[in-house]
Order: sequence, then C-alpha cells, then structure tokens
Amino acid sequence: MEYEPVIGLEVHAQLLTEAKIFCGCSAKFGAAPNTHACPVCLGMPGVLPVLNRKVVEFMLKMALATNCRINRVCSFARKNYFYPDLPKGYQISQYASPPAEHGWIEVELNGGKKRIGITRIHMEEDAGKLLHDERNPVSHVDLNRTGVPLIEIVSEPDIRGAEEAAAYLRRLHETLVYLEICDGNMEEGSFRCDANVSLRPAGTEAFGTRAELKNMNSFRNVQRALEYEIKRQRYVLEGGGKVAQETRLWDDTAGVTHSMRGKEEAHDYRYFPDPDLVPVVIDDAWLDSVRKTLPELPLERRERFVRDYKIPAYDAGVLTASRELADYYEELVRLSGEPKLASNWVMGDVLRFLNEEKKGIGACPIAPASLADLIRLIQAGTISGKMAKEVSEEMYRTGKPPEKIISEKGLVQITDEGALTEMIAEIIAENPAQLAQYRAGKEKVFGFFVGQAMKATQGKANPQLINDLLKKMLAGDK
Amino acid sequence: MNRIKISKEEVAYVAHLARLSFGEEETRKFTSQLNDILLYMDKLNEVDTTGVEPVTHAIARENAFREDDVAASLPVEASLANAPEARAGCFQVPRVIE
Amino acid sequence: MELYELTIHELSDRLRAGEITSAEIVSSVFGRIDAVEKDVRAYITLMRETALAEAAEAGEKIRKGEGGPLAGIPVALKDIFCTKGVRTTCGSRILENFIPPYDATVVEKLRSAGAVFTGKTNMDEFAMGSSTENSFFGATRNPWDIERIPGGSSGGSAAAVTAGECIAAFGSDTGGSIRQPASLCGVVGMKPTYGRVSRYGLIAFASSLDQIGPFTKDVEDCAIVMNVIAGYDPRESTSVPQEVPDYRSFLGRDIKGWRVGIPKEYFIDGIDPEVEAAIRKAIRVVEGAGAKSVEISLPHTDYCVAVYYIVAPAEASSNLARYDGVKYGFRAGEARDLLEMYKKTRSAGFGAEVKRRIMIGTYALSSGYYDAYYRKASQVRGLIKRDFDEAFKNCDVILTPTSPTPAFRLGERTDDPLQMYLSDIFTISANLAGIPGISVPCGYTTGGLPIGVQFLAGHFQEGRLLQAASAYEKHARIDKRRPSL
Repeated sequence: MEYEPVIGLEVHAQLLTEAKIFCGCSAKFGAAPNTHACPVCLGMPGVLPVLNRKVVEFMLKMALATNCRINRVCSFARKNYFYPDLPKGYQISQYASPPAEHGWIEVELNGGKKRIGITRIHMEEDAGKLLHDERNPVSHVDLNRTGVPLIEIVSEPDIRGAEEAAAYLRRLHETLVYLEICDGNMEEGSFRCDANVSLRPAGTEAFGTRAELKNMNSFRNVQRALEYEIKRQRYVLEGGGKVAQETRLWDDTAGVTHSMRGKEEAHDYRYFPDPDLVPVVIDDAWLDSVRKTLPELPLERRERFVRDYKIPAYDAGVLTASRELADYYEELVRLSGEPKLASNWVMGDVLRFLNEEKKGIGACPIAPASLADLIRLIQAGTISGKMAKEVSEEMYRTGKPPEKIISEKGLVQITDEGALTEMIAEIIAENPAQLAQYRAGKEKVFGFFVGQAMKATQGKANPQLINDLLKKMLAGDK
Repeated sequence: MNRIKISKEEVAYVAHLARLSFGEEETRKFTSQLNDILLYMDKLNEVDTTGVEPVTHAIARENAFREDDVAASLPVEASLANAPEARAGCFQVPRVIE
Repeated sequence: MELYELTIHELSDRLRAGEITSAEIVSSVFGRIDAVEKDVRAYITLMRETALAEAAEAGEKIRKGEGGPLAGIPVALKDIFCTKGVRTTCGSRILENFIPPYDATVVEKLRSAGAVFTGKTNMDEFAMGSSTENSFFGATRNPWDIERIPGGSSGGSAAAVTAGECIAAFGSDTGGSIRQPASLCGVVGMKPTYGRVSRYGLIAFASSLDQIGPFTKDVEDCAIVMNVIAGYDPRESTSVPQEVPDYRSFLGRDIKGWRVGIPKEYFIDGIDPEVEAAIRKAIRVVEGAGAKSVEISLPHTDYCVAVYYIVAPAEASSNLARYDGVKYGFRAGEARDLLEMYKKTRSAGFGAEVKRRIMIGTYALSSGYYDAYYRKASQVRGLIKRDFDEAFKNCDVILTPTSPTPAFRLGERTDDPLQMYLSDIFTISANLAGIPGISVPCGYTTGGLPIGVQFLAGHFQEGRLLQAASAYEKHARIDKRRPSL
C-alpha cells in the first residue's frame, strides 16, 4: 500500500527584545548562570508579571507577514506542570484565545509553489535550562532563559514530506530574521522545532496515529528525523503493527528517533486564564502602526529583483537570503546603475571574502559606494578586470577606496596607443626569428609576443589594445 | 443522586498532579472530605448559566504593559541566597531522570 | 491611658505637638507585647531592633517637619507581605526561613509614610482559613477570650490591634480575611476594591480575589492609612490607574437621604440570634442618622461559598506550585530523585488545609472537570457580580452582618472544613464581585464578644463606604471596651 505522510510543525522562536516578556531582566543569550534573573522571573512569592509591549508588536509582525487573522482581544493562560526549569510551576502562555489564527505561507517546491496553513501564533515565556552533572546524581538550574519571550507558530497538518517540512521551516526562519524579530540561531535555541508525524493510506482523508518528534536542532536534522520517522512508521504499518501515540527524540549521532515512552506522563496541564494578567486589546491604530513597519518580505523581494534587475532567480535567491545583504545589493545597484555587474561582484568576491571569514554582510569592510566606484573604474577601462580582483581584495583587507589603492599600487592601465606601438615595434625588432615563424603560419608564436608585451609593461597594458596592435604590426601593416 | 464524587484512585491521581503524597489514612480522610465538599458544589448545577460569560477577573482592565527597557537583575548571590542547595551559580536539584 | 491604647490620629497630634516621641510609643507598644504576647500569640516575627531605629529616624523627621502621614506610628504586617531582609513565612513551614530580597509595594509605601514596623503577624497558612488555627507557628488567640479564635486568616493582625500590640495593622482579604477577624476582634477592617491597593509583594493565595487592607481602632484611622496604601502600581497588571481621593474628606459627613440596602438573603437560618439582633439595631442607627433602609435582593448569595471554594482553590493550586524545594524555602531531605523530592517537600511543607485546597483546585482544573467546576463557577461569579450591579442601582451602600457568629472556640471547627468555609458566607461575595467592604464594631454579645457590621459599596466607592462607616460609628456610640488581658 502507498502511504502518505502528514506532518504538522510547531516552531518556537525567541524574540529579539531587550528585556524579558514579563520583567525587566535582559533577554540576551550567553550570560553567566542566573545573572539575568529577578524576583519576577525567579518566581519568588508575591511577585507579578507585566507584559512587555514589544512582544505583542513582534508577534503582530509575524502574524501579518504570515497572513494571519488578528484576533482583536487575546489573553494569557497558565499551563501547569512541575519541572525545575519552570520556577513558578506554570508557564504563562496563551490557550483558548490566541492573538493570530488562520494564516499561511507559500513555499517553493521543485519549481512549483505550495501554500502551507498556519493554525495559530501565540506569545509565551521560555523556560530555564537544566544542566546535568556528569559525576553526581544532580542537575543544575540556570534561570537566565526563564521569561525570554517566545512566539509559537503552529502549522496546519499540510506538510507531505521531509523536504517540504524543511522548505517550510526555511521560509519561516527567513521571515522571522527578515522581520528582525528573531536572530534565528538554531544552535543557541532561538529557533526550535517539534514535529507531529503520521501516515495514512494515500488518497484517504482520516489521519493516522501521530508521533511527536523533538530534539531536532537544525534544518538538516529536521529533514533527517522526518525521513527516518516516515520510514519507521511505514515499516510498522506494513508489518501489520500500530503506530503508538508518543513523543520520540531524535538521536543525531545514531540517526534514529527513539521513544520516550514510560518516561513522560499523561499531560494534564490544567490550563486556566491567568488572573495576574489582563486581556490584550489590539485596535486598528495599533495594527496599522505595526503594519507600517513591515519590510518587504523575502519572497516579494526576490520576485522584484528578477523582474526589475533582470537577474536569474538563483542570484535573486542568494541576494535576498538576508535583509541586510539585499539592502547592500540594492544600494550598490542604485550607486552603480549596473544590476548584473553588481550581482556578480556581490555574489562573487564579496560573499567569498565574507564566507572565508564566516562573517555576515554587516561586517563587510567594503562599502557599497566603494564597490560602485570600482565597477565604474572597470567600465571606464581605467583598470582591467584582473587588476580589479587585486583591488577588491585590497579593499576588503584595508577598507580603502579603490582609487587610492590603484594609485598606491600604480595599477593604472596603459592605454596610450602611441607608446604601446613604439614598444611593440621594439619587441618585434628584437625577435626576428619568432617573427619569421609567425609569418610562416605558426600562430602559436602570437602568445609569445603578448607575453613579451605584458612583461615590458608589467602587466599594466590594456590587453585588448595589445592584441589589436600586435595583430596589425606582426602582419606588417603599418 | 450520586453521592460518590471522587474515588480513592482519583484522589491519588490528583495528588500526583499536585506533587503531593498521602498515606493510607490521610488518603481515606481526604477522599471523604473532598467528597463532601464536591457534593456541596453540586449546588451550582441549580443555576442556569446558559450564555453567561465566565468572569475570571474581579475588575475588567485591559492592556497593561511595560516598555522594553532592561532593569537591573538581582545579584546572583541574592537570587541563590534562599536556595536549599546551590552550586556554581546554579540551583541544585536531584538528578532529573529522563 | 497608655500610648499603645491610642489611635493614629491621637498619637499623630501629640507627636506633632512635641508632647511625645515615636520612641516612647514604640516602647509602650513593645512593653505591651512583652506583657500579653504569651497569651495572644499575634506575631510570628518581632522587629524590635529595627523598630527602635525607625522610631528614632521618624522622630528626626517629625522635628524637621518632614514626617509623613504615619510618621512614628508602630504598625504590624501580616506575614504575607514580603519584607526585604526580614523573614516572610506566610504561616507555612515551606517558607519557614524565606528572606525576600524585595519589599511589597505596600511595605514601601508605609515605609515612606514614616511607619514603624513592629513585626510580622500570624495567619492561617497561605491565608487559607477563618480562624488562624492553620498556622505552622501555632494558633493566635482572641484577646477578648483566649480560649477563642480571633478569626482569620489575618487573625494575628486583628488580635495585635485589639490587644494594643500595635497601633494599626495590615492584612489581606481573599474571602473575608480582614473583615471577619476585624468583626470577631472588635476593630475596623477594610477590604478595598480589587485593583485599588497594589498586590505586588503580597504572597498570592487566589490572585483574582486577594486584596490588601487595614485593621484600625476607628474609621478615621482607616481613612488615614487608606490614603497611604491606595494607588496605581505599574508592577501589577490588575492595578487600576484611577485617582485616589482624600479619604479623610469623607469623614464626619452625614448620610441623610442615603438609601441603605438590606439584602434579604443575608438573614438566614444559622445566623447567631445575638448577631442578628445587633445588625437589626445597626439598621436602626443608620436610619436614625437620616438614611433610609431598603430591602434589596442578591439572588445568587446562596452560591457564593460554592463558587469561592472552586475559584480560590483553583487559583491557589497554581499559585502554590512554585513551592517545590528548588529556589527557596523548605526542602525535604533524603530524596532519591526529583519526583520524590517534590512530593516529600510539598507533603511535609504544607499543612492539611493547604493540601486540601490544592487538591480541590487541582481537581477542579483537571482534564474532564474544568467545565463542570472552574468554568461553571466562573459563570456563576458573573451572575453574582451582576447582582451587585443591579443592587447598587437602588442603594448607596449595602449593610449586612460581617460574620454569622461571634468568635468560636479553638478547635471547634477544625475537623469540619465545610462548616469552617460557611463562616465566610457574608464576606465572600465582595471578593467575587471585586467591590469594597468594611467591618465596623456594632456591639457585644452577652458573653462580651464583639460583633461587626459590614458595609459594601460599588467599585472604587471606598469614600462612600468610609462616609457611611464614620456616620454609623458616630451615631451608634458603641462603648469603648478593652479586652482584659
């Protein structure tokens, strides 16, 4: 029997606010344990939460970017369970009334496009971290992450394969980063994903029993874990077995998922409205002001680049991979007026230099204005393409403008036809044997003369001009 | 009318959810007391609440916010000062079995 | 008259006139504590040293004319308010050694008004109780009869004011925990509107019901301290940003022509005949003051206790989940793993009543029961609130008994939780509806136990409540007895 996978994804994205969601502690990653903690996020007795306004605004940006319907009133609920990384014994989340529902995003698959539904987006607080002691039977609790704002983005079970899941995740990730509301760092846990997977006989409607997959901390792992899990469930079903409803952990090293059965208990989270928080009411004015801050999203921008700059879709994809890179490119286009050359330079040298040092475009020492100057110098024939490579490397290394490097290195191309003619005449006169060979039809000797000419000018001669002059003079024309 | 609202097994389940444990005698006593209390709660079934919105806040307020400004955290010593066990700047707990 | 017997306004006048010093008041109060505390047991923690220092500081300020409205006045705090650097137990073993690194907003406000803190008073564990018998630190006694309970849960604060172990005290009221002990101890106790006094730093019992208020010797003192503690606090989302009037300005005004609502549902079987007689008399007093009594109906009164004992435990079951032996407080030793540590800690750290309510609340929220209990109760709460909205269309204030009985004997109701719950029957509705209420002494039983009358008003009508209470106080002329300790 043919089986069709049915996948839904739950993404948790940490928001890039300065402060935590319900207190004033810093939300930054990487501080010494428990140094970003206060009575509120430590869950001390008697303290109360107050919602960070920016969290609502960031949530709204994502909701608008993913075509969600915004509920004008939403509220917070408590999800009750005991765990040492959860200091209050409950997580403040949203349950019965989420702020955003019924959205969608489009993913590109093998040239085609598919719309994947978003069930809901809601705000909640992150939990702390548990560090297990290697030697002793104890764990250590660091509550810095407790109360860092999250949005949870729940997809519809619209995804039909591992590759599609990865494409969906990349699109979500890209959108969050573009909106500058999440840094998207998967290793640090800023962007986390759980998956619900089930199989059903192809062509049927009813869902099969699903497994929940956890612990996949890269796009690649999500794809691998889903591929594995789909295969596993197919074997179970084909062998006449039943898929258990359970949570399974992805084991990256072994490349398998394994059951947490027996180690987790039946969940009874006892959600109820948090009496310490009041409803959030989003009016038109607020929504409009957030909408105004939305940047052009990657997909729209990609399409515009292809349309307006006439660059290949692949190039547009690379150039819109981040908002900063796309901004850099567009600035370069504006200053140089050469979209294609601009694309070549950014995708070629600039990204190569940055990738070698694992840097982002934000750290690029070459300003778009300098690169535009360089393009202009090439087009004016002031320097050759080969020279330009040398200049750009120097620009990256020193941050100096191209004119300065060119004059410091004496790189200006010799285009004085009179001087070059004189020089070529001398070379021909000094090499009568080679001249004879050439005139006898041994065309290879032409290269010898080019080499001599370049040597004589230390490579600064305009190669096209040298070629033309040599052809003419070797033939004996004057 | 049903006079048994809650069984000993349910009491044990609820106790586990609440991370409490009771001895035999205590479980018996709690079961009986909870049963009485829950029977009393049955009164509420006399009230027709069709179409009545639940009230979970005493006063209707909305949109209470803080701005996204970082305020000082506690010194780590102060955060850990009341901890039953602390080590290396962290709260320490018995190993979580996973 | 000893200084400890005086009111805030009497002491403040004398302090400002330079007749006495704050240090003298503090010595008088601590002298009284030394004499009677062994019988009353009102305090969990005394703050003698800091009180003397604070008194000296207040004296300095008064001399410079900079003293705040409570400058040099010794007040007691229920041990449910977090006090920076001072042990805060909430009457529980689980917080036996908890020292908060922060002050509650109310504590900050009192401090900046110049108040001197005498100590932290006894209470039912986590404010769950009506007798102050559910304290890990032992029961507080009613100063009028030390074989009887002072009411609860703020019994320590009520008893301390009554016994002269402080001049005023502060408590919290979730279902009557200020008004009921005030009534049973013969002092004035007010529960303000929900959102009027900041809950920040008040250890939560039931967050949608908890409210802070004062115990004072008369209505004027109540207005004085309300001026200090009321107001918006940005640290609390449910705090209401509404202007605070000068509550003293409502004192001494008459209530001629006011309509005083008498809810027929509040005169029930089981109400003590002496209590009922005292309340009937109180109605005549307000009529004598020129008000008109009108019968009103609060049709859902009979459901208040059931609603309350679902909503409050449900919220409490969640609020008390943080006491898990990880970050602060008690942890049971000898646990093999985390789960065992949790269970042993919470089972040994909480007393029976707290565990009972955590069980009720957990059950009411658990899968399959939420709609039948929590949701249903929240709907009926809506109807109870609506009853009051309707009632206040026809009256300015409502008058009721505060408690159906005077102080009962220690141990009398400890084995019957439901019976204990029914002692809150007249006070719970105000918490469910979020409205303010005040209990004012209205007489004594033949056995010499105090009785209180309760006034209720609409949201943020504390001024009106104080006006009614002060008019009543003036016309009733209840004899100023003192307990013979």
